[in-house]
Amino acid sequence: MTTPYTSTAKGFHWVMALLIFGMLALGFYMADLPLSPQKLQLYSWHKWAGVTVFFLVWLRLLWRLTHRPPAHPPGMAKLQQGAAHAGHFALYVLMIGIPVSGWLMSSAKGFQTVWFGVLPLPDLLGRDKVLGQQLADLHSALNIGFVVLIGVHLAAAVLHHLLYKDDILRRMLPGRSPPNT
Amino acid sequence: MSHFFKICYPPVLALATTLALATSAHAAPYQAVQMDKSRVGFSFKQMGVSVDGRFAKFTPQISFDPAKPEQTKASIEIDLASIDTGSDEADQEVVGKSWFNTSAFPKALFVAKQVKQTAPHVFEVLGTLTIKGRARDIKVAMKHTPQGAQGLLSGSFALQRADYALGEGMWSKFDVVANDIQVSFQLTAIAGK
Repeated sequence: MTTPYTSTAKGFHWVMALLIFGMLALGFYMADLPLSPQKLQLYSWHKWAGVTVFFLVWLRLLWRLTHRPPAHPPGMAKLQQGAAHAGHFALYVLMIGIPVSGWLMSSAKGFQTVWFGVLPLPDLLGRDKVLGQQLADLHSALNIGFVVLIGVHLAAAVLHHLLYKDDILRRMLPGRSPPNT
Repeated sequence: MSHFFKICYPPVLALATTLALATSAHAAPYQAVQMDKSRVGFSFKQMGVSVDGRFAKFTPQISFDPAKPEQTKASIEIDLASIDTGSDEADQEVVGKSWFNTSAFPKALFVAKQVKQTAPHVFEVLGTLTIKGRARDIKVAMKHTPQGAQGLLSGSFALQRADYALGEGMWSKFDVVANDIQVSFQLTAIAGK
């Protein structure tokens, strides 16, 4: 078996995976609800969690850029390596871009984002109904793209495990990890 | 002539300005409101976050002389369906039964009962605000800012939405939409009708 990911890398991966899974489910669910206090509450929670993901992804990137991940399994084709890099790069872009689009959308719609009701994020855009709707459409399109990409990510992990019989999946699972370097 | 005017112009202008200001201070009472330079807005806290909006249509009727505030006659009628909360679904929700119920109570009405001066350019306005068939006495501090022949009358006050049964049923708790609603107004008052 090649080296597994460190427990820090695993922690980032799984905490964010859970958060993002919840966020996607909540986001798609709440958007179609009729207006109610519960809906407003869910929107606030969604925004708080989104800001949390946004902060976490920067910490994760900082970690990623200062720590080499385990090498690809021996014999992995160049094309597959490239696809893996491109896929992971796109996941990072979306993990940053989606919260930003949500934040800007909130600003344009005139609802400031205040993290946990305590830390206000500046409104970078003034209130503008048309722009608000465009950003809402963008936020939604990016999320649909995100769901597709996560599907590809999961499929790739399963494919590697079952078809290529390498340890791509196992090395990210909880369990034995090398110490942080 | 032009030479004479050039020399005299600054003092003449200063004199003219002084006269204009002096005159405006003792101008005829304000009798009308310039609607395109006037605004009635509100703000409230939703999940702890301040949200604001405004009413596009309102009808003020004023007769206000800053020198004789006790003779003030003022009322303002607000077309509640003209609300702009910033979101279409909220605009639709607040005209419904649990909020304004505009089909039964289309207008909010404020009528001033007593106005007195409390400081230079500051007046205390006592009056009755009626929303959704509920009348409550309120007190508003109003600032008068002379602007030539016009005057900006501005102020704000907090109302408790529960006093007017705004937000019944599922909205009646204050955890998501706070009870306090800050109402603000800026009216550009003019002398003529």
